[in-house]
Amino acid sequence: MKWIDYAAPHSVRGAVDLLGQAGDKARIMAGGTDLLVQLRLRAYDLDLVVDGKGIPDLNELTYDPINGLTVGAAVPCYRIYGNAAVAQAYPGLIDAISAIGGTQIQGRASLGGNLCNAAPSADSIPPMIALNATARIAGPNGTREVAVEDFCTGVRQTVIGQGEILTSIHFPPPEANTGAHYLRFTPRNEMDIAVAGAGVSVTLNNGNIASARVILSAVAPTPLFVKEAGDALAGKPANDESIAVAASIARDAAKPITDMRGTIEFRKHLCEVLTRRALNTAIERAKENN
Amino acid sequence: MPATTEFDVVGTSPIRHDGADKVTGRAVFGPDFQSAGLLHGKMLRSPHAHARIKSIDTAKAKAAPGVYAVVTANDLPSNGGDRLVDLGIGPIRVEFLRNNILAREKVLYKGHAVAGVAAISAHAAEEALALIDIEYEALPSVMTISEAMKPDAPLLYDNLKTSGLGEASDKPSNVASRLRLSLGDAGNGFEDADVIVEREFDTSAVHQGYIEPHNCTALWNTDGRLHIWASTQGAFGARTAVAWILDLPVSQVKVTPLEIGGGFGGKTALYLDPVAALLSKQTGQPVKMVMTRQEAFEGTGPTLGSHIKVKIGATQEGAITAAQASLAYEAGGFPGSLVTIPAMSVFVAYDIPNVTIDGFDVLTNKPKTEPYRAPGATNAAFAVESVVDDIADRLGIDPIEFRLRNAAKEGTPRAESPPHALIGGVEVLEAMKHHPHYTTPLEGPNRGRGVAVGFSGSIGFHSSCTITVNADGTVALVEGSSDLSGSRTTVAMQAAEVLGIPAEDVHPSVGDTDSVGFTFLTGGSRTTFATGWAAYEAAQDVARQMIARAALIWDVNADALKLEHGVFMSTADPELRMTFKKLADQIEATGETVIGRGLVNPSGAGGSFIGDIVDVEVDPETGKVDILRFTAVQDVGKAVHPGQVEGQIQGGTTQGIGWALNEEYFMTDDGRMANPTLLDYRMPTSLDLPMIDAVIVEVPNPAHPFGVRGVGEASIVPPAGAIANAIHNAVGARVGELPMKPTTVAKAIWDKSNE
Amino acid sequence: MPRKTHVQTIINGEHIDFLCEPRQSLLECLRDVIGLTGSKEGCNDGNCGACTVVFDGRIVTSCLVLGVEAEGKEITTIEGIADGNTLHPVQQAYLENAALQCGICTPGFIVSSKALLDQNPTPTEHEIRYWLANNLCRCTGYDKIVRAVQDAAVKMQEA
Repeated sequence: MKWIDYAAPHSVRGAVDLLGQAGDKARIMAGGTDLLVQLRLRAYDLDLVVDGKGIPDLNELTYDPINGLTVGAAVPCYRIYGNAAVAQAYPGLIDAISAIGGTQIQGRASLGGNLCNAAPSADSIPPMIALNATARIAGPNGTREVAVEDFCTGVRQTVIGQGEILTSIHFPPPEANTGAHYLRFTPRNEMDIAVAGAGVSVTLNNGNIASARVILSAVAPTPLFVKEAGDALAGKPANDESIAVAASIARDAAKPITDMRGTIEFRKHLCEVLTRRALNTAIERAKENN
Repeated sequence: MPATTEFDVVGTSPIRHDGADKVTGRAVFGPDFQSAGLLHGKMLRSPHAHARIKSIDTAKAKAAPGVYAVVTANDLPSNGGDRLVDLGIGPIRVEFLRNNILAREKVLYKGHAVAGVAAISAHAAEEALALIDIEYEALPSVMTISEAMKPDAPLLYDNLKTSGLGEASDKPSNVASRLRLSLGDAGNGFEDADVIVEREFDTSAVHQGYIEPHNCTALWNTDGRLHIWASTQGAFGARTAVAWILDLPVSQVKVTPLEIGGGFGGKTALYLDPVAALLSKQTGQPVKMVMTRQEAFEGTGPTLGSHIKVKIGATQEGAITAAQASLAYEAGGFPGSLVTIPAMSVFVAYDIPNVTIDGFDVLTNKPKTEPYRAPGATNAAFAVESVVDDIADRLGIDPIEFRLRNAAKEGTPRAESPPHALIGGVEVLEAMKHHPHYTTPLEGPNRGRGVAVGFSGSIGFHSSCTITVNADGTVALVEGSSDLSGSRTTVAMQAAEVLGIPAEDVHPSVGDTDSVGFTFLTGGSRTTFATGWAAYEAAQDVARQMIARAALIWDVNADALKLEHGVFMSTADPELRMTFKKLADQIEATGETVIGRGLVNPSGAGGSFIGDIVDVEVDPETGKVDILRFTAVQDVGKAVHPGQVEGQIQGGTTQGIGWALNEEYFMTDDGRMANPTLLDYRMPTSLDLPMIDAVIVEVPNPAHPFGVRGVGEASIVPPAGAIANAIHNAVGARVGELPMKPTTVAKAIWDKSNE
Repeated sequence: MPRKTHVQTIINGEHIDFLCEPRQSLLECLRDVIGLTGSKEGCNDGNCGACTVVFDGRIVTSCLVLGVEAEGKEITTIEGIADGNTLHPVQQAYLENAALQCGICTPGFIVSSKALLDQNPTPTEHEIRYWLANNLCRCTGYDKIVRAVQDAAVKMQEA
């Protein structure tokens, strides 16, 4: 690896200043499980790595049933699923972060890092969108919020601008009669990248689906929020027929490429399968959650 | 773990002698080696699959901070290139070896080494690589067997003509050699068949996947001697190869084998040592080179792909009348695909009167292929066992029963060699048939069961061993086989058995090329058989010397004395008894030190027969195959250390499962491996497998003092065929390519449903 | 010449100071700077687990941690698992169950296994396999490794 400098600021202001000065020669690092691999592959040419783990705001993990969940950008996966209240309230999110890498990776990798890395196959982003999460960003001009569904703009491209950092991700409190699930397909049972994935949430009303959100991973340059699939479910009975329609729409909306992890044909097919299976699970969870 | 009854030590499972070091991190593996003044080396590699090197300019790299030396092919000698060196897997021209170490004139695969840099740190060396200016002229490449065999294919070598069948062809070709083996008359044999099945199969390149990449440290000393410390499967082979590549007398090179983190056939060849040596010669300091994971994939010898056609015919009663196989195996950029080995094993589990086997060694623009545990046999067995399963299915005969009816036995003729010696084929099949796994019905949708068998021959060749008796009755044993899995213990146990002392009283160590006699590589399932035999002979030599000493002490005739279960005693006088320990204590006072030696080059290495039963569940919507239950039954002759033998069976089985389901070199159109990481080169994790039931069958090898057969390789052979048959049993589709990854299985299911 | 960073850390209970370049991973620092070569490099990208150490109370792949990030942290490596001359029950169980062959993955597996049992003293087979999925072994097929962990769990409960 080429020589890099390392800085560990203790405040958001400090990080913002360092990144602003260094321009595109610096990046912020949380768990490092993506960035260090990329640096060794020369995907970035950096002079400075800014460690965000020493900034208190980025380590926050707070939850209550009224205000919802706030996850600091640098909070590693294991703290999230290790928190019983959070795990119980947001099982759809836990599905995803337990799938990232394996035990050791989850000891370091963060939700914020997974979001900012913005890989098309990112596991945590579909459930974040399904759960209506919001990204909080700090920069030289103050703070702003962006819905996670608007956060990724291309393959490894986000709305984060020069000198800005993601500070935390906020989830609204869980609603009654709502269930969420993230299901991905991988050839190995763990330690793999999704060939395709579906993150869904469903809110029920007397046996019918009041609303639903369907998001796909690994089948487009960004996580793909298939609004039409959710719209097709609204007001419909929670049964196989409605689910089949939504799964079909999801398959048609997918725009995968053929690469070493899968072909276009196979990935589109998986979108239908995974959306269908994820919706079934989400509906079960919604029924249990009243 | 089971202990067998007729021996005291052989057949038990003691804790391995290197255990304390291996579980505390103290064991010194190749990359752990430290030395004063150590420099670090890195290799620059070709980005092209096939290209001419037009120029190399190393000046900027040499001038970079922290860089001490840069070498290219120009620094390698050029004489002696026609010599043939055999590292243990077939002879290869030194010229080819040299060209693979550092490319001269042409690069033949992406990853082919072109220059080496030594610097103060690995990072500095790596950064300096970018400062080497190389001008390439890219050439069209051939990446598959069918492309390579086309008449107008781009050629890797302008003057290489196909050899084999007693003649050389007249046109240059990418087919380096061909062979034919036959028995009887296949044409007539097929006429007698009621059912004939003929199918084609494709297998992708796979890597041995050792967790520790290639490594070495080289010191070209002030006295002109070159010392190499490395993880290697054969210190003596490495010594010869390095000496001849560098045009040195063999005696000027010393190789110290350090602990090795996996080999499986891939660490017999070497890649770094001559470059590290040249860098050390130029700098006067020791130079360490360790490959990255990507280099391990792109710059060593994976086992490349194959295209196989198999045709088998059988009567209504299930007797195989004829079999034909065409095996085209990729060699990579240099000749030597080892197709001879699978050609010799493809039908060897069966008694077939009429057989024709054609083999083709095909050059492609990929790294030179190297052995991977029973070289080429997995691919061949995948093909044969799938076709056998198909025939048995059509005839309505139970798959194990069908194999029993046609099982090779002692004396069964073979197309490629003398008839089988005593083997345990029938015993293994019978054990499978009666195993609870096979007799328990499998229930549930999309679930299926498959069986397959495999066979692996093994080799003898030279091993050397010395045993010194210590005053406290323990012995120091020095042998020359790199220990890949605990073999120093199985070797020590055989000496302990002869001497009648506990296994822990033998202190085994693996010597370097200056301190132990010539020993052939660790591979070919030979170590417990041949090096164990050397230890046995060395122990017998110790016993003879100590009997003579006892005779001296007791003042009796040595002819009446014997050593039994660790006690020296007289057949003539029951009063005369002395333990090994007691006599050892008297050696120094009564004469010379006792050192026994055993030097062997044994024949009679018995082959090993193995059979698998596997239950799978297939997700028909995704093509994912889950292994529910796996049983592997192997004839090991005599399990010296049953715990280790089970481990060999389970390990080879797991490699076979990875090969079957997910492992492959995913090649891009421009000849690159797209997945040179352990993320996308999918070896099984602990979550991908159930427990693996390893069943030991013992049909002792009459040629070995303890009945040992070579065990290590056979277990990788049958899993792919067994899983393919299980998938067919589950969802009715036969998959003819490896890996049987989800996309492939899903497609096979869709194609079947569209029929 | 750019300056190296002075890092202070606690490794296996001892205060250790070392110098490193920021680009050097914790794994490199352990092996090449401090001399603790028990942790191994198999892939350098977090996929094989051979470099596993306990870092700040959790198992991590030390190839994906920078040496400079170790400032003020507590680290346990394979060299710190035994208690002086007495092997930890996990180490003993690996030996008794022949749960290693070449031994290169063994340090990583032992650190991971001990961390599992420290957190979950009575894991099921599935929990063991799931926890250990970030550690690759090419020699054993995992069967004896899982049995060793089960064996160690029993022994540790009895103690």
